[in-house]
Amino acid sequence: MKNDIILAGVGGQGILSIAAAIGLAAVNHNLYIKQSEVHGMSQRGGDVQSHLRISDAPIASDLIPAGKADLIISVEPMEALRYLPMLAATGWVVTNTVPFNNIPDYPETEEILANVNAVKNHIAIDAEAIAKEVGSARSMNIVMLGAASLFLDIPFERIEEGIRQLFGKKGDDVVELNLKALRAGREYSEKNR
Amino acid sequence: MSKLLLLGDEAIAQGAIDAGLSGLYAYPGTPSTEIMEFVQGSKQAAELNIHRQWSANEKTAMESAIGMSYAGKRAMVCFKHVGLNVAADAFINASVTGVNGGLIVVSADDPSMHSSQNEQDSRFYAKFAMIPILEPANQQECYDMAYYGFELSEKMNVPVMLRITTRMAHSRAGVQRKEVRNQNGIKLPSDPRQFVLLPAIARKNYKNLLLNQPAMEAESEKSPFNAYIQGSNTEMGIIATGIAYNYLMENYPDRKCPYPIVKVNQYPLPKKQIAELYNTCKSVMVLEEGYPIVEEMIKGYLNVGKPVHGRLDGTLPRDGELNPNIVAKALGMTVTEGQAIPSIVKQRPPSLCQGCGHRDVYEDLNEAMKEYGTGRVFADIGCYTLGALPPFNAINSCVDMGASITMAKGAADAGLVPAVAIIGDSTFTHSGMTGLLDAVNENAPITVIISDNSTTGMTGGQDSSAHGRLVEICKGLGVHPDHIRVMVPLKKNHEENVRIMKEELAYQGISVLIPQRECIQTLARRKKTEKKESND
Ligand SMILES: Cc1ncc(C[n+]2csc(CCOP(=O)(O)OP(=O)(O)O)c2C)c(N)n1
Ligand code: SF4
Repeated sequence: MKNDIILAGVGGQGILSIAAAIGLAAVNHNLYIKQSEVHGMSQRGGDVQSHLRISDAPIASDLIPAGKADLIISVEPMEALRYLPMLAATGWVVTNTVPFNNIPDYPETEEILANVNAVKNHIAIDAEAIAKEVGSARSMNIVMLGAASLFLDIPFERIEEGIRQLFGKKGDDVVELNLKALRAGREYSEKNR
Repeated sequence: MSKLLLLGDEAIAQGAIDAGLSGLYAYPGTPSTEIMEFVQGSKQAAELNIHRQWSANEKTAMESAIGMSYAGKRAMVCFKHVGLNVAADAFINASVTGVNGGLIVVSADDPSMHSSQNEQDSRFYAKFAMIPILEPANQQECYDMAYYGFELSEKMNVPVMLRITTRMAHSRAGVQRKEVRNQNGIKLPSDPRQFVLLPAIARKNYKNLLLNQPAMEAESEKSPFNAYIQGSNTEMGIIATGIAYNYLMENYPDRKCPYPIVKVNQYPLPKKQIAELYNTCKSVMVLEEGYPIVEEMIKGYLNVGKPVHGRLDGTLPRDGELNPNIVAKALGMTVTEGQAIPSIVKQRPPSLCQGCGHRDVYEDLNEAMKEYGTGRVFADIGCYTLGALPPFNAINSCVDMGASITMAKGAADAGLVPAVAIIGDSTFTHSGMTGLLDAVNENAPITVIISDNSTTGMTGGQDSSAHGRLVEICKGLGVHPDHIRVMVPLKKNHEENVRIMKEELAYQGISVLIPQRECIQTLARRKKTEKKESND
């Protein structure tokens, strides 16, 4: 078993908490993991990505080879498209549909979404709206993780466990809120796959 | 003990702590910063009272580490590759003094320049200094090499370089710890003149360094970090250094490469294994992250031996970092990429945060400079370098830390008056102060703006060494108090700030403007912890 995942977004959007939750779930499930992340210059509002690899066998490279990613999880729709060369023919794109517009020439949202819809396997989800529904716009990331969890070879309970570990220090309310966000995202993917 | 999920940087930090580290010295710089940050956050390091404060720059860090080694204790110094340029004087001479307590120099290279001005390869420096290099290929080796590096340093009586690159520094994987070793006690060097590099002593020490080279090579040949891996197809042999080995193996899912391989993670090169590969195979391919250093050595100036492939003959790109696909292409494999990036996808360059004080400084400066025209603003390295991009287009240089003030002075010497320097508070204390002294000594007609956000913003908000004393520092260096002007970069102060800038630009001598407003990122973090502490 192997899952090669590209996490994408804009510096400051917090893709690393998604990576951390999957990482914890993978470790709890006794899988090998390698996760490379971006620190430094591009964290100032530039495009950022993380390569997350989990497998039941030792992993060689920290970087996923182009054309081999099983999954792109993007918290921003234009950023999802940036990594299409990385995606395998059978791979899935799971992306938030809400643009993060911090550049003067950001394309029309419809154009972006049309390109997302043109990808064979995709889930496009308004993660912000769903996060607000369950209680806090800040759990948008975890909604995305929930939506993507359908395509991971890790039991859902393990991911829930990862969330509990990740947010445990912040108290039960925060854990519950994020578990709700996770489940809401999951449900969306199950219905719209 | 269960495995820890650690970044390469963090694994180095933990390995050093467990090996009996007494002092860590560093100046922040991507991708090395997380080593110090991990030690600063480590309970174990606090209990062991390990030195873990940031230094003013890489040279002061390097020298403090040499001092700790002199006292018999184990010391580590960390910086990014260009930091080694700053520390180079101390670094090169430390190989001549030798060590007392073990000394590891971590230099983090940034091929492809993700966050840097160049992609220089630190291995050149280690070769220049004639000391061993450890170059980990995975997080476990990061830990193990930091642990073992002190021992190697003490045994060989030289500093040891631990060389990593961005991907190694910033990738996470499981790491198994070893038992914790006690710190060394204080012990003076047995020869009281070992660290006195008077020519007569230096000549003797240097001879010893030269005599020591075969022993270092022998260490590499028997190092568990190096390996000769058999292969059936001897048409080609492969030398893979550091993480390049991972990219090679990624292309063989069953992990069976048909070609013989020498895996190099410790230098000087293991001659025995390299010679065996060369003699066994018809050609050699060198895979290395960084400059073609090993390739050049194997090839030789005249290139008269067997064919050697790598970055120099175009088998691999001459610049930039490697990845599995680049290596696959070099091996003649076909690579299938996914869909192309749709043409509507736009570049998203980094930019100054909304609400950042540097933004206001540039608004003020652009206005004040209107009457003089463009091309006169020498900047430095930090978040404020992003003032080079639209909408500001405000600066004309960014060369190396501290260069803003001295370049402005040189340009003013040439007759470009007024010339302006803009520099951050951390960069100023790193290496701007000495340049300002030059300007003061000649009363150079330049205007220096120290854009003070009370932190080292670009690298994530580490303490800066100025600690709110910039005015005193400038006075102490001899800037006339009338021409040290503090201001608050906020929209509501725009007109007043422009007026002050214009006054100082017109002044025919050295003046320093200090716009002061805390970085909004560190401010937000501080507020959060303060709130948390008052709730606790
Ligand atoms: C010799 C050297 N060391 C370290 C760095 C990494 N680095 C880039 S900018 C910077 C400091 C920026 O701090 P400051 O000058 O206060 O500006 P700010 O980012 O806070 O605006 C550092 C440490 C470097 N580029 N060169
Ligand atoms: S991190 Fe701080 S200094 Fe850097 S751009 Fe943001 S607010 Fe400005």
